[in-house]
Amino acid sequence: MTNSIAEISQAKAILVIGSNTTEAHPIIALQVKKAVRKNGSKLIVADPRPIALTKIADIWLQLRPGTNIALLNGMMKVIIDEGLADQRFIAERTEGYEEFKKVVDRYDLELVSQITGVPASLIQEAARIYAQAEAASILYAMGVTQHRSGTDQVLAIANLAMLTGNVGKENSGVNPLRGQNNVQGACDMGCLPNVLPGYQSIADPHILSRFEEKWGVSLSNKPGLTVTEIFQGALAGEIKGLYIMGENPMLSDPDIHKVEKALRSLDFLVVQDIFLTETAQMADVVLPAVSFAEKEGTVTNTERRVQKMNKAIQTVGEGMEDWKIICELATLMGYPMRYRCAEEIFQEIADLTPSYGGMTYQRIEQEGGLQWPCPSTQHPGTKYLHHRRFARGLGKFTPVEYSPPAEIADAEYPFTLTTGRKLFHYHTGSMSRRVAPLQEIYPEGYLEISAEDAQAINVASHEEVVVKSRRGEIKVRALISDRMPRGVVFLPFHFHESPANALTNPVIDPVAKIPELKVCAVKIERLATGD
Amino acid sequence: MEEKKIYLSINGKEVASAPSQTILEVARENKVFIPTLCDCQNLSPFGACRLCLVEVAGLPKLVPACSTPVAAGMKIRTDSEKIDQYRRLIVELLLSDHEPDCMFCEKAGDCLLQDLAYQYGLKNSRLKGERRAALIDDSNPFIERDNSKCILCGRCVRVCDEVQGVSAIGFIGRGFQTRIGTPFNRKLNCEFCGQCIASCPVGALTSKPARRKGRKWQTRWVKTICPYCGCGCNLTLHIKDNEIVGVHSDSSSPNEGYLCSKGRFGYEFVHHPDRLQFPLIRKGGQLVRAEWYEALRLVATKFQEIKSRHGNNTLAGLSSAKCTNEENYLFQKFVRAVLGTNNVDHCARL
Repeated sequence: MTNSIAEISQAKAILVIGSNTTEAHPIIALQVKKAVRKNGSKLIVADPRPIALTKIADIWLQLRPGTNIALLNGMMKVIIDEGLADQRFIAERTEGYEEFKKVVDRYDLELVSQITGVPASLIQEAARIYAQAEAASILYAMGVTQHRSGTDQVLAIANLAMLTGNVGKENSGVNPLRGQNNVQGACDMGCLPNVLPGYQSIADPHILSRFEEKWGVSLSNKPGLTVTEIFQGALAGEIKGLYIMGENPMLSDPDIHKVEKALRSLDFLVVQDIFLTETAQMADVVLPAVSFAEKEGTVTNTERRVQKMNKAIQTVGEGMEDWKIICELATLMGYPMRYRCAEEIFQEIADLTPSYGGMTYQRIEQEGGLQWPCPSTQHPGTKYLHHRRFARGLGKFTPVEYSPPAEIADAEYPFTLTTGRKLFHYHTGSMSRRVAPLQEIYPEGYLEISAEDAQAINVASHEEVVVKSRRGEIKVRALISDRMPRGVVFLPFHFHESPANALTNPVIDPVAKIPELKVCAVKIERLATGD
Repeated sequence: MEEKKIYLSINGKEVASAPSQTILEVARENKVFIPTLCDCQNLSPFGACRLCLVEVAGLPKLVPACSTPVAAGMKIRTDSEKIDQYRRLIVELLLSDHEPDCMFCEKAGDCLLQDLAYQYGLKNSRLKGERRAALIDDSNPFIERDNSKCILCGRCVRVCDEVQGVSAIGFIGRGFQTRIGTPFNRKLNCEFCGQCIASCPVGALTSKPARRKGRKWQTRWVKTICPYCGCGCNLTLHIKDNEIVGVHSDSSSPNEGYLCSKGRFGYEFVHHPDRLQFPLIRKGGQLVRAEWYEALRLVATKFQEIKSRHGNNTLAGLSSAKCTNEENYLFQKFVRAVLGTNNVDHCARL
């Protein structure tokens, strides 16, 4: 997030796109509700489904899945045509505007309305509300990124914010909502194939040599493979050994039959986790780690706030903290790693990661967490990013074109499947499905379908159906839901009994390598009833 | 813009305040204690419990401090004999229709009504009369409501409306029959965030999973961060005998004390019997129990073997968005410095 969570309620206009905020980020949704209900902010929601926030929205843009770019370009054309662009911000803070304008110019309202299915007048009104607000904030999540065109969608969002000068200011900015308690931190720490901690490029020889010196080894400057490429590499026989710490790709990754094949092609698989997950069941060695309550360390939330986790209970069984397991392995492999405690590791992080440079455990605890960048011990942390200057200097407009999802519903697979989370469960369910009250309130996955579609294929609510895509099939009960538009069905991906990702399309965005989990084509069949 | 200060007096002492403040806010800022039941942080003033009544010179009646704005020159008394009598009567009235269940109540020791009864020395109410029957709703797995302990302060109703925006509950009935419930007495069907439990000053609303596992003050508290989504809510775990038995959140950033159903009720997995207790090694197609040294040695040997036979770049590591920064840092360091490849990623894309 370029802003902080507390700033959301102060924005005068909020655009929520590709985020079912009340279910996936309930506490951030409270900020949106506060903005609308207490502070009189305008709310625009762009989502194919009538999510809870659409009830309090001023405008609901019910677009077809996968058409975000067309919508955003359409809004931007309205803003330019009606003279609502922030010319001063564009002149002082950005570059590439003319090129960008040429592309956006082609997205007139009729065309955009045709692609997205949203009435032209609503797009127009939404554009005006966003552009005219004194401070406008965009919230987005995987509904934007999990597309073949995910990178372009994010660029379109950045274009919209820059066009109206709504970034780099208090209460206005571009705010991706991160989905896991430390997904931000895992990125910050360089668990990415092309960057070291603090997003320092492995291609920069000065940076690489600093790490080589500190770590006492020579390092490769060749970018590695992303998660999706690692599985492809395993299938191709190019990846032989894989070490997985606390992940469950057998439920979370697209086309799990292919993931299974990839894992089976490995010579050696190590999984470190707290449960024998679907992935751990396939391992050659399973190492028992410990839960959040049994260890100390820091995590970084979606607003870049580094906060402290504290050990609350003694370890269950023989489990070991993940960092201790890594130290043992490194030492056994001839690279001694000897840290006495998590804090000692954090000191090394601060030393090598400029954006964490001024952080210490003491400061984090005393100051209620610290938001990066926090480069020095005197620095108070950063509430919002890009104030006066973007990280790269000038903000760059990147023209992006709408392209349809890779797989469109057709005669054979007539429904568009979209996937996501439910309020009462979390990711692959390894935690939430082992919590009795959560499991009691939401015991199984359902295929959510509109009443019209259910009637058309003669399916009753709670009837078990078979959902098939070009990659696989699952059995699941149908749930008639007034949340579903015609032609679109929804599956949560938490449930191993009805794994949504047996169906999803592994096609990836060429830049971010993120799979198109939000759109694929499926067909729905009734189970043979025998009569 | 900073508001202009005004001056008034509380219990004979002159104090400064902003004109938009209430008497209660100014009193608290000046460390003058006024008892309250229905007042609750972040919620609009309600003026229902009447405990915060104060005297204002020149006004014929007592006024509620929580919903009366200050004015320049106001002379306020919070500690007169008259006020004390009023407050005592209010507590007695509440006790006259309150199940005297402190022996078994989950909230004993953490209950505002119990504190007031103690403060005023009210063992028995002088006022005898009809009592509401126990009206227990435990039709859901998270929240238990006992309306016989409810003092109708409306905190739960307001937090559900003003903060959560759900309005699952409201006041039902009139007079003695008034209680808190759902429309048409339907089964509670809400987001089960439990904001209502956290806001209840008495034992009317309690957490079912925490029931009889230890009262709040009997537990050891450890502040940490919620293990679910990326909001990063602060959690204080209640620990008893090495078990997490409950959770609360304090009013600090970023969640201001509010949680969702997973944050508030989602901790049981830590103690689930499925937890991996020891390392496993695949032998003859089966995963079997192994000693740590055996498992670690096997991993180290295998990684070395693959490295020397096929090259560093045939190895890869996937890190975890559930692990700490320290662990993620060490993981990529291990993959880069020990395995010798940049094939490291995690599930940010999924």
